Amino acid sequence: MANPASSEAYVRFDGVQKSYDGVNLVVKDLNVDIPRGEFLTMLGPSGSGKTTSLMMLAGFETATHGDIYLNGRSINNVAPHKRGIGMVFQNYALFPHMTVAENLAFPLQVRKMSKADVEEKVQRALDMVELGEFGNRRPAQLSGGQQQRVAVARALVFEPDLVLMDEPLGALDKNLREQMQYEIKHIHERLGVTVVYVTHDQSEALTMSNRVAVFEDGRIQQLAPPVELYEKPENAFVAQFIGENNKLTGKVDALADGICEVVLDSGDRVKALDINTDGAGTATTLSLRPERVFLNPTEGQCQNMFSGKAEEVIYLGDHIRVRMNVCGHNDFIVKVPNSSDKKGLAEGDTIPVGWSIDDCRALDA
Amino acid sequence: MSISVEANKGELAPEEQKRLKADLHRSLRRNKIRASMLVAPLVIFIIVTFVAPIGNMLYRSVDDPLVNEFMPQTTAALENWDEQQLPDEAIYAALAQDIIEGRKAKTIGKAAKRLNYEKSGMRSLIMGTSRKHKKLQAPYKESLVDIKKGWGDIDNWKVIKRLGASITASYYINAFDMETSPEGEVSFVDPKEQIYLKLFWRTIWMSMLITGMTVLLGYPVSYLLASLPLKTANVLMILVLLPFWTSLLVRTSSWIAMLQAQGILNDLLVWFGIIADEARIQMIYNAIGTVVAMTHILLPFMILPLYSVMKTVPPSYLRAARSLGATPWTAFWQVYLPQTVPGISAGAILVFILSIGYYITPALVGGQSGQFIGNLIAYHMQGSLNWGLAAALGVMLLVLVLGIYGVYNRVVGTNSVKLG
Repeated sequence: MANPASSEAYVRFDGVQKSYDGVNLVVKDLNVDIPRGEFLTMLGPSGSGKTTSLMMLAGFETATHGDIYLNGRSINNVAPHKRGIGMVFQNYALFPHMTVAENLAFPLQVRKMSKADVEEKVQRALDMVELGEFGNRRPAQLSGGQQQRVAVARALVFEPDLVLMDEPLGALDKNLREQMQYEIKHIHERLGVTVVYVTHDQSEALTMSNRVAVFEDGRIQQLAPPVELYEKPENAFVAQFIGENNKLTGKVDALADGICEVVLDSGDRVKALDINTDGAGTATTLSLRPERVFLNPTEGQCQNMFSGKAEEVIYLGDHIRVRMNVCGHNDFIVKVPNSSDKKGLAEGDTIPVGWSIDDCRALDA
Repeated sequence: MSISVEANKGELAPEEQKRLKADLHRSLRRNKIRASMLVAPLVIFIIVTFVAPIGNMLYRSVDDPLVNEFMPQTTAALENWDEQQLPDEAIYAALAQDIIEGRKAKTIGKAAKRLNYEKSGMRSLIMGTSRKHKKLQAPYKESLVDIKKGWGDIDNWKVIKRLGASITASYYINAFDMETSPEGEVSFVDPKEQIYLKLFWRTIWMSMLITGMTVLLGYPVSYLLASLPLKTANVLMILVLLPFWTSLLVRTSSWIAMLQAQGILNDLLVWFGIIADEARIQMIYNAIGTVVAMTHILLPFMILPLYSVMKTVPPSYLRAARSLGATPWTAFWQVYLPQTVPGISAGAILVFILSIGYYITPALVGGQSGQFIGNLIAYHMQGSLNWGLAAALGVMLLVLVLGIYGVYNRVVGTNSVKLG
């Protein structure tokens, strides 16, 4: 039933704005279509409006302008409990005075389901998150990861078509967080529910999502699948926010066939893809991923060739991280795969570096 | 010091363990002594100001020395009396002796008064005899009966014999609204004449009413305080605490100004034409006055524990319940309320126990129908000077409170109580 490519929007934000104080807009102009079955992540730094957007969808905040549609129906004036949206909260919000089973039964009981049905569904939900034996425990008797699973099960037990998750893994330690990421991803794939997920952790977003919406300053800066987001950032914020990035600033000198020539502040000239510049003579930021820079490139391999001085060499096991001084920037990072044929690079060495036009994107200033 | 450690386990040999325990004890003793020195002043203070007076009160409620002390010869002589018929001449002689000596020492009145508590008429019997002491002569039996006919009544002698014992249950019998017949049988008085049990019962149910009112009024206020931003909540908290810091008398008297027949509330009702000027409502100097004023005065004791518990309930619980499909009412009833039960029970037990022993407010605004048991205890302390009865009533109140607390502890458990 899941078909992320379906053109019909299951959730739609249409020109949504939100202000708390009547002075500042927290969400400025939100337009998103989420097809049925998609896993969409709202990613951004704190204060970027992502949680507010989620709360508006859940019904705990009202939009000051614009409409939110669920399944083609405007839900602006629908109370939260009538929206039928499952939600997982940051600190799980498991009811401490109820057992795990009672927590799971709660959404079913308020829906006046028969006792037999409730029991069956609760057990099935517990089995789904591999906590079949824990029904009689209180939430406080469970570990963080187990509580997390109960929270997910509770949000799913009444079979909502849409589940919202508000930084659900924030309280877990790193290993558990990674494990839970896969579990949530697999549950999503198995059940085909639509998930809107909020996080500030980019690796979480890249791991789980069909599409990621990068929020900044109350706007979506880019909405794209993880691969595109990393490979083809459309503006300097996204390039900087997702993954590691080398930022070179300069001015556009000439434009031709989608390729521009940029004069860096140091005077060096770089050729780059023209993605998001305002034409010749304007300032621009070049974005270049550290693993796309070649040390000692062979002749003709790279259109951009400079020499760089290694300031710092850090051994990280699977790769070697070199901080270099290139074109006047001394925070230029290069990642070198740790292959056996690489000869050692020492701090202070000056060597040629280069990169291809296709890997260098000229973005907004 | 070398200590031989058994291989692998790290467990010491028995004699080594013994020595280690002694060492441990010695090393901790200094701290123990220092700690007990620190609490000693408080312990002494509590013993002097709390344990000792209560012990004294407990003793007073059964202690009855007056008759024994001031009529020593009579009580001694009555010890072997069979209570079947009037005492013999020797006992009458002892009584005459006691009355003459007691008159000289001016102590006979105390014994007479004590006997009068037990059986009215005893005071005039003894004091009348005392006034005519010059007529006393042998044979004393005839002489005494001649002076006061009462000495020919076997019931009066039984009362003296009974009170001659220095430990008595008579105060408790009295406090339980029971009476001792001259034959020594204990039975409840006519329900119409009950005083203390009725008052105990009224004190309990009015305290429950006050507790219920404070829950009803305090819960929304606490919820408001807990859900507002801290800055606003602190300002409002001062409004809650301000009356708390005002003198009890001022607060009680202001209720008189509010509620009396010519008071603000009645004036307003008349002014708005809701009631006629002649039909002003009596809202004070009765049970209503006590309930209203005490609810107001005790409200902070409910709000504070409730507030501190509500502060710990994250708002996400309510949101979670709503998102799971619960109406606002269900979310409140099934998710929020159960988590505030520790606050409710802490506030309730606090308000209830405080109000059950309340005295000043009922005295000022309670009139007749709004009196508590505390007022009657005070009356017996200060008015009738019947300290034994006051002590017995006090002990009953103490036992009642302890009993209620015990039941509460069984049902709710003190572990769940959060006072702040």
